[in-house]
Amino acid sequence: MNAVPKTQTQTQTQTQTQTQTQTQTQTATALHVANLHAYYGESHILHGVSFEVKRGELITLLGRNGAGRTTTLKAILGLTGKRSGSIKINGNEAIGLASHKIARLGIGYCPEERGIFSSLSCEENLMLLPMVGKNGMSVDEIYSMFPNLKERRSSQGTRLSGGEQQMLAMARILRTGADILLLDEITEGLAPVIVQTLGRVIRELKAKGFTIIMVEQNFRFAAPLADRHYVMEHGKIAAVVEKHELAAKTAMLHEFLGV
Amino acid sequence: MTEIFGVPTQALMGQLMIGLVNGSFYAMLSLGLAVIFGMLNVVNFAHGAFYMMGAFFSWMLLNYFGVNYWWSLLLAPVGVALVGIVIEKTMLRWLYQLDHLYGLLLTFGIALIIEGIFRDQYGVSGQPYDLPEIFKGAFDLGFMMLPKYRAWVVVACLSVCLATWFVIERTRLGSYLRAGTENPKLAQAFGINVPLMVTLTYAFGVGLAGLAGVLAAPVYQVSPLMGSNIIIVVFAVVVIGGMGSILGAILTGLALGLIEGLTKVFYPEASATVVFVIMAIVLLIRPAGLFGREK
Repeated sequence: MNAVPKTQTQTQTQTQTQTQTQTQTQTATALHVANLHAYYGESHILHGVSFEVKRGELITLLGRNGAGRTTTLKAILGLTGKRSGSIKINGNEAIGLASHKIARLGIGYCPEERGIFSSLSCEENLMLLPMVGKNGMSVDEIYSMFPNLKERRSSQGTRLSGGEQQMLAMARILRTGADILLLDEITEGLAPVIVQTLGRVIRELKAKGFTIIMVEQNFRFAAPLADRHYVMEHGKIAAVVEKHELAAKTAMLHEFLGV
Repeated sequence: MTEIFGVPTQALMGQLMIGLVNGSFYAMLSLGLAVIFGMLNVVNFAHGAFYMMGAFFSWMLLNYFGVNYWWSLLLAPVGVALVGIVIEKTMLRWLYQLDHLYGLLLTFGIALIIEGIFRDQYGVSGQPYDLPEIFKGAFDLGFMMLPKYRAWVVVACLSVCLATWFVIERTRLGSYLRAGTENPKLAQAFGINVPLMVTLTYAFGVGLAGLAGVLAAPVYQVSPLMGSNIIIVVFAVVVIGGMGSILGAILTGLALGLIEGLTKVFYPEASATVVFVIMAIVLLIRPAGLFGREK
């Protein structure tokens, strides 16, 4: 009886060390999505999405509503129905994993609807997420980055203002030590002042070496921050625009985004 | 002898005490149901069967293995919880995506099977479970006699209910449970092992039912039918309190036990139906229940 769990723990430790060395040795790619198909029930939403994000890069997924941007983030996390293709997170294949194990490969997710739990206080929301990496920010650091959250720590999560909820949704994934952040429409419905603050936060995070994938409607917010833009249409990547090509390809982008 | 509204104080207090004991069981059972419903989205119709199973395990431990009451308090609920884990992992798991109705039907079937097995083995007449020596006798409170065991049942049930409430509302583990109840997919995408939480929640919920069964064994007869006798009232309690509300389940359970007791004194004919009358009224006025949130 005793021998079995022991060997299991040993193999687990071994795999853990392997994963760690993998993470340390492979430097270039943080997230590699190849030929990703995803479904909601019977409807086929993603038709072979492929892109690659290097460590420390910030990329955006642009496109009209329904182009498949949010679904791409959800498919990476295992929140859609059936999916196929390949998703490598920090070098580990995630396509067959349960969603909580995907998060533990180092992903932090900020959903479009913000996902603040109403049955938890502000601080409980902040502390809810398990650690998924080693270099998470301490609660003190987080409170100095987002002082409002400290003041409102004991308020019910959904009693916070929209801006505060967005800060909380960001703050709680920074505490976990995730090094890849999936941010879905973080500026949606927020006052310009708060959008500016968020821009500052994103810049700070990029400087700290986080890898960031943003789904963004607000092109003016995203353009100066991103290294690369992927334009999606009909569940596929329709165009790639590097930062230095922005000026030249603005007309094309406008056509795609319909702005 | 003093009287209140023409009823002797002794009789009134006695009935209130019985009401309080029944109410404690209602509270503990509906608490388990509420926790399970919150996390699994399943109306656990097998709850009464697990309560009966707890009582029987305790009786079997005493009569076949000579295990005393105190060890039963620990072992029988753990045994029931293990059965719960097997059922959750092999059967319930496949129904979460579907309508509540399927979970209800499956657990109803499970309840019938469990009850059938015990009926086949032990018949329908109850088995007595002897009170442990320490609980024999009663405290004389002056205005009434308080049987020691009944006092213990009320204290034990209330402590377990309060401890459960505390863990769910005030601890880290509880915040996982609340988050998992509110939005299981998102909680899982944050790295919380929700499938494990679901299994443990079911095990805990039915374990509570098992514990209630052990506590009930010396009060009522240990009979295969004891589960189906109590479960209908417990469902009414859950409906009145509001599906999924922890505190609502506890308070409503106690209150309805007391109301039943009072009805037995003042209008005995209605004592079996009063709970359902209240349920109907509550459903008409507040369909989500007294403590439930409208969706």
